[in-house]
Amino acid sequence: MREMRDVAVIGVGHTKFGLHTDKSLVDLFGEAALQAIHDAGVDRKKIEAIYIGQHGGGITDGTTNLGGFMAEELGLRGIPSLRFEGACASSTVAFREAYREIAGGWHDIMLVGGVERLLSAGTSVGTKSLASAVDGIYESNAGLTFPGVFALAARLYAAEYDIPLDELREKMAHVSVKNHKNGALNPLAQWYGKYGDLTIDKVVNSKMVASPLTLMDCCPMTDGATACVLAEGGIAEKLVDKPIYVLGAAEAGAGGIYRQKAEMIRPMTRIKSSKDAFEEAKLTPDDIDIVELHDCFTIAEIIASEAIGFFEFGEGADAVAEGKTKINGKLPINPSGGLIGKGHPVGATGTSQIYLVTKQLRGDMDPMPDELHVHGAEAGMTDTLGGDFSTLSNIILSVRRRGE
Amino acid sequence: MSAGFKYFFNELKRGKLVGYKCNDCGAYTCPPQSVCQECGSENIELTELRNKGTLRSLTTIYIPPTGLEDEAPYTVALVETNDGPWIIGRLDHDPEKSGQDLIGKKVSIGCQELHPVDYYPDKEGRVAPLFKLEET
Repeated sequence: MREMRDVAVIGVGHTKFGLHTDKSLVDLFGEAALQAIHDAGVDRKKIEAIYIGQHGGGITDGTTNLGGFMAEELGLRGIPSLRFEGACASSTVAFREAYREIAGGWHDIMLVGGVERLLSAGTSVGTKSLASAVDGIYESNAGLTFPGVFALAARLYAAEYDIPLDELREKMAHVSVKNHKNGALNPLAQWYGKYGDLTIDKVVNSKMVASPLTLMDCCPMTDGATACVLAEGGIAEKLVDKPIYVLGAAEAGAGGIYRQKAEMIRPMTRIKSSKDAFEEAKLTPDDIDIVELHDCFTIAEIIASEAIGFFEFGEGADAVAEGKTKINGKLPINPSGGLIGKGHPVGATGTSQIYLVTKQLRGDMDPMPDELHVHGAEAGMTDTLGGDFSTLSNIILSVRRRGE
Repeated sequence: MSAGFKYFFNELKRGKLVGYKCNDCGAYTCPPQSVCQECGSENIELTELRNKGTLRSLTTIYIPPTGLEDEAPYTVALVETNDGPWIIGRLDHDPEKSGQDLIGKKVSIGCQELHPVDYYPDKEGRVAPLFKLEET
């Protein structure tokens, strides 16, 4: 591997996730970006480039070209400012590219983030915006929606691992109960103060969206923005007390689920991306203390937890049902509430995960309560999925430099 | 160069499921794409696949994307064709009775013509594979 400089997260920002009818994509991003810049304590003019993740603006807001407008919003006219699109993984993709720019010596300090307005778009347009992340020809023609993709995955999981569907649905419901319990405690979450007392029965019996997935198996549509400031290791140490180092950043791509066949429940993209991230970080799944992972649907969290290597294939459903992924469990998954409890503003989700893992590793949870803190966590991971397992990106963060 | 999506759907309307057969690994690619979907070879030739398959998964969509409100609820299915490739289409069956018990059932593959919608590459309309359960 080529010589790379250390890179660290030095500042993070996160708007409240929920409904923002009164704020544009640029307004929202500006709020998160300034928070991240102030958190880092860096002179705004030192930012050399901006990379933002954004997915559905063309459908929801009638706007696609956002890069330059974001730079202007922040008084940084003239610097390179680009939009990255990788569906729900858009801002993780942007983060990885920024990390590589700094690691490779092209820039020293960069701003990365993401933004989306899905809830304010309404259910019909929001569903279309999300559906534009599936294969635009051979899946869209039949009316396959995003919940539909994971509904197909859930039934395939039950069939392949020979689990009665009703039993699998109950195990899946544990993901929703756990993540809503966490999300209800998170003031940044769309469902803050709600659904903390959700039950398995309520999940299984809520409104059917795409059989067998009910509304409570699904993450909500959300408006929100997130951002972080990345800096070269030496600069980071001068600017902040606790830089959070980026040890691994990997990505993999594939086509629609019809090309992936039964492998969609053992997605090659995630297996490859997480393996590459672990190799770069010189860590293994056992070294990870906390994960923010792409639970767009209950079954999605189960499939992800297996493909990354935290649990054996076919055992992720049991792991969540047995409580192994609760905050006090063997491996806390989505202590923030995840996409299900916190909300899913598509383009903002990747850097939301970065924000959350950074907060956990710093031990500075504000504005989140200590109940959500995984005490003593030193290494964390994010996992973001875009499209139907077609864009997968994993980031590994640590309080230590690589190899330390 | 792939024959393209319009060719695939036009042939489907004529009752033919078309794709490519790889001259290197022997695998079939369907729907068409530029190289073999299994080994990546460019040494592929157009062919007709058998219009039979096995239902591998399905879902009934109750909340459709914009433009498809008049079609819901409808059932989308994932079928493994007898020649190997998996394809996505609609299931010709009562959507309220399309459950887990149908997985593994044999189907024949036809097509359904659907009205055009915004944000779809074919402005004349949509064509989707239509799966019919075979009598057992």
